[in-house]
Amino acid sequence: MTELTALTAAGTAASIAAGDVSAVEVAQAHLDRIEAVDGRVHAFLHIDAEGALRAARDVDARRAAGQALGPLAGVPLAMKDVVVTQGLPTTAGSKILEGWLPPYDATISARVKAAGLVMLGKTNMDEFAMGSSTENSAYGPTHNPWDLSKIPGGSGGGSAAALAAYEAPLAIGTDTGGSIRQPAAVTGTVGAKPTYGGVSRYGLIALASSLDQAGPCARTVLDAALLHEVIGGHDPCDSTSIAQPVPPVVAAARRGANGDLKGVRVGVVRELAGGGDAAAYGGGGGYQAGVLASFDAAVHTLRELGAEVVEVGCPHFEYALAAYYLILPSECSSNLARFDSVRYGMRVGDDGTRSLEEVMSLTREAGFGPEVKRRIIIGTYALSSGYYDAYYGQAQKVRTLIARDFAAAFERADVLVSPTSPFVAFGIGERIEDPMAMYVNDLCTLPASLAGTPAISVPCGLSDGLPVGLQVMAPALADDRCYRVAAAFEAATEQFRPPAGVLA
Amino acid sequence: MPDPIVPPRISRAEVAHLAHLARLAVTDDELDLFARQLDIILTSVARVADVAAADIPPTSHAVAMTNVFRPDRTRPSLPREAVLAGAPAVEDDKFRVPRILSDEA
Amino acid sequence: MTLTYEDVLGRYEPVFGLETHVELGTESKMFCGCSTRFGAEPNTQTCPVCLGLPGAMPAVNARAVEDTIKIGLALNCSIAPWCRFARKNYFYPDMPKNFQTSQYDEPLCVDGYLDVDVDGQNYRVGIERVHMEEDTGKNTHVGGATGRIHGAEYSLVDYNRAGIPLIEIVTRPVPGTGARAPEVARAYVTALRDILRTLGVSDVRMEQGSLRCDVNTSLSPVGSGAWGTRTETKNVNSLRSVERAVRSEMLRQAELLDAGERVRQETRHFSEVSGDTRPGRSKEEATDYRYFPEPDLVPVAPDPAWVEQIRAALPELPAARRARLRESLGVSAEDMVQMSNAGVVDLVGETVEAGAPVDEARNWWLGYLTQKANEREVDAADLGVAPGDVARLVALVADGTLSVALARQAVDAVLETGHDVDAVVAERGLRKVSDTSALERAADEAIAADPDAADKVRGGKAAAVGALVGAVMKATRGQADAAAVKQILLDKLGGGV
Repeated sequence: MTELTALTAAGTAASIAAGDVSAVEVAQAHLDRIEAVDGRVHAFLHIDAEGALRAARDVDARRAAGQALGPLAGVPLAMKDVVVTQGLPTTAGSKILEGWLPPYDATISARVKAAGLVMLGKTNMDEFAMGSSTENSAYGPTHNPWDLSKIPGGSGGGSAAALAAYEAPLAIGTDTGGSIRQPAAVTGTVGAKPTYGGVSRYGLIALASSLDQAGPCARTVLDAALLHEVIGGHDPCDSTSIAQPVPPVVAAARRGANGDLKGVRVGVVRELAGGGDAAAYGGGGGYQAGVLASFDAAVHTLRELGAEVVEVGCPHFEYALAAYYLILPSECSSNLARFDSVRYGMRVGDDGTRSLEEVMSLTREAGFGPEVKRRIIIGTYALSSGYYDAYYGQAQKVRTLIARDFAAAFERADVLVSPTSPFVAFGIGERIEDPMAMYVNDLCTLPASLAGTPAISVPCGLSDGLPVGLQVMAPALADDRCYRVAAAFEAATEQFRPPAGVLA
Repeated sequence: MPDPIVPPRISRAEVAHLAHLARLAVTDDELDLFARQLDIILTSVARVADVAAADIPPTSHAVAMTNVFRPDRTRPSLPREAVLAGAPAVEDDKFRVPRILSDEA
Repeated sequence: MTLTYEDVLGRYEPVFGLETHVELGTESKMFCGCSTRFGAEPNTQTCPVCLGLPGAMPAVNARAVEDTIKIGLALNCSIAPWCRFARKNYFYPDMPKNFQTSQYDEPLCVDGYLDVDVDGQNYRVGIERVHMEEDTGKNTHVGGATGRIHGAEYSLVDYNRAGIPLIEIVTRPVPGTGARAPEVARAYVTALRDILRTLGVSDVRMEQGSLRCDVNTSLSPVGSGAWGTRTETKNVNSLRSVERAVRSEMLRQAELLDAGERVRQETRHFSEVSGDTRPGRSKEEATDYRYFPEPDLVPVAPDPAWVEQIRAALPELPAARRARLRESLGVSAEDMVQMSNAGVVDLVGETVEAGAPVDEARNWWLGYLTQKANEREVDAADLGVAPGDVARLVALVADGTLSVALARQAVDAVLETGHDVDAVVAERGLRKVSDTSALERAADEAIAADPDAADKVRGGKAAAVGALVGAVMKATRGQADAAAVKQILLDKLGGGV
């Protein structure tokens, strides 16, 4: 841990721009930090020291030549391994893609490179982003830097842990049902899921196409906003990408940092504020008392900052978990069909006597982990003729009802708040045998995923010494509201950040 | 509104059929495990049917958009070496796959 | 005992339907910017999207949507105000994503019809739907005796074709055509092909697979009112085969029904060699395609104003063109049927437009050119002689440059070389001998060589001049104008009128 790795992204970029430090020095400091701690954290699946230093040298050369640098030029970044990177291994945490070197870049990969960010490597994740603990990675779990025996959340546990362990100041995550926000919550970092369509999905290995959204992860709200503006914006390669400018999230974060929320109406969602839903799924009890206590304190803080707090009801949120666990497996069963041993990736059992169908089935059996197989089978079932209307079709209608609940709530409030996760980080191995218990992790994050609306998680306290996250949700295309409120809250509660001395 | 679903008990045979459709050569142990887990999961998710939603339009895209087209212009394809580089087997610049039909076909 | 076609019709009523796949002639593929050019080196026209690489996403080709609307309008369809793509999920190695992006229950065009004419009688074929999808790659089967999928040791896949825009045009079942079912089926595909060609949306080359047909056929006992079980015959890749496939399925199904057996609902394959159909895979195929709306694409909702703009810009369609031709050419209904059956209506029209008189154009196309097309077993339109060539020939005959016999030689030369008329005339020195001094010399020689015939002509038997004309023509190797030769001979022998 050096001063360079303790800086924010904004601070790092400013130092590089001012010539106080070179991008190469910053990159090397982070590579050294990774070298020192990642053996214990396992945030990274692949480290690209050579590429990182090359990118850093390029930034330094451009600065030396007097060229204008972007606002994050030279800042190191950890890339979730679900994002395709040309010539860099991309596995999505799965054995089936081991050794694959993509021949192209995802749009966000291209955008971070073009902005002069320095990609340190690819971060660990639950296989194909299916999970809430990063225990489903085919390459072993990631450990929470706050307590190495605990999970870092998931699916983007590697990105969140890299931030919390000061291995990188910025990371890219993807959020289908909470995979940016829940890891942020349990690692004491910041993670934002943009409005669906706000960031290009081109080159994100798809889990559930109608829900997937890439977003920024950081240790501060402003840093997340800066990264959001680099990766956001219209992309013709993603037909679901919104053809509008990125909401002014950086300006909102700066404005929020003055700590004034006067005139802002904050809605507390009754159904996500500690009701009995989690228990209803038979999987692990309701909200943890420490989480609720932190959340209550956070609401109190928001009120102190001048916000007007109201309670809102969203009656259909209780169906979110059920709808999500139909839509996600259905879409992923189709999205993962392409891993078939023909064009790329693993091939198993091709002994010259077996048919293609046999080889395909053996490959997929060997290449996918149990959670992936389980969801593929559920999805195959849910899309089958005879069940489609009752399952997938009905789940899509539930999305509409959830979106209507949001619309009604946003009539009365500018933003909505809830805990990000019902629990703090649990022990590695504690819940892995019980899929439903694991799914309940997503209870608070799913409504915004299903409605396609933006949400951010910001640290809001500790429970038994482990971080708790506050989720701030806004209407579609109003991502800036999330940032403003989160930044104001952050300014008032900086003590909840990962201690700089972690894993010293 | 669809009829309320009483989730059928998922048999091993049904899991085997689904696994075949999904091209997964699951083991006997997995058949047992998945059959049991699918029952629990499907029982839980079957709650979606409790919502009266007969006149509710489905949402498949969070932000409604239509007519997103690209102009009919060619762009460079990938170099063939890059196309074939990741393939498990290649012959004559094509992807080589085991025989397509099974013996019983 | 073998059934005759008449036996079949005595007891059964045929119903057929067609599913036609058309590859559009767009520059780029349906969902990516790769070229659609035919015949490129394997896997050189592929990219992350059409290879189904992880993370790649589709983007709809605007021209493909417009072309599909054109086809729908030309087939009298309604254009859906809002429709989506769906994913059709099944595993096959020629399909990179292991799902096909296709329209399922929301096709872009619905409820149209196409009127076709067989021997002057009109049949209306209902069009159920016209929808957009993407083509698959191509498998080559290696090993085994035949290069076919059965018995192959392994296969090789080329994805150049994967993702080329494919339009599926599905008819409603067509009843009530009786004995003419096979011909009506063929006439439908012919008419459809003409429309697609006129619209300029596809090169409609059945031999290259840019137009492919699946033919559904069923029989029901006459008067039963119930439709029988249908079979789907794939791999029907020429107009002639469409007709043969329907006929052979009628005969095959009638034999089964006569024997008290059931027709199995199944997929069959047409053999160009034997002219009959064979069962497809015997193994029960999984048909649960698990359709759901494609989440990577947004709905297509054509603005009515755009649709009307496309409608207004449609070219004159073949049926209207034929009506207009019939009117302007002034041909009889009988001639029109004859020309229609020979598939030369448009060719005659275009020849006239290129400057030839109607009768000449019709005679060339119904006569020598149809004869050549039959010899080569191709349609007149695919013969390789353009209407412009024919008009040029007619002009060369009219101005005395060529005799009819020489003009036919010119056609043969065009077919041999692929060059145009003026080129072959120049290359082969085809030119009527009109130098009268040369002809007069030849006439004198012919008279000297055959004094008997000359005397007969002098004696008033004008018919005897034929032998002398023949001799002159032979001496000039057919390059003289027979009428002029005859006149010269008559003038010399004073036997003329």
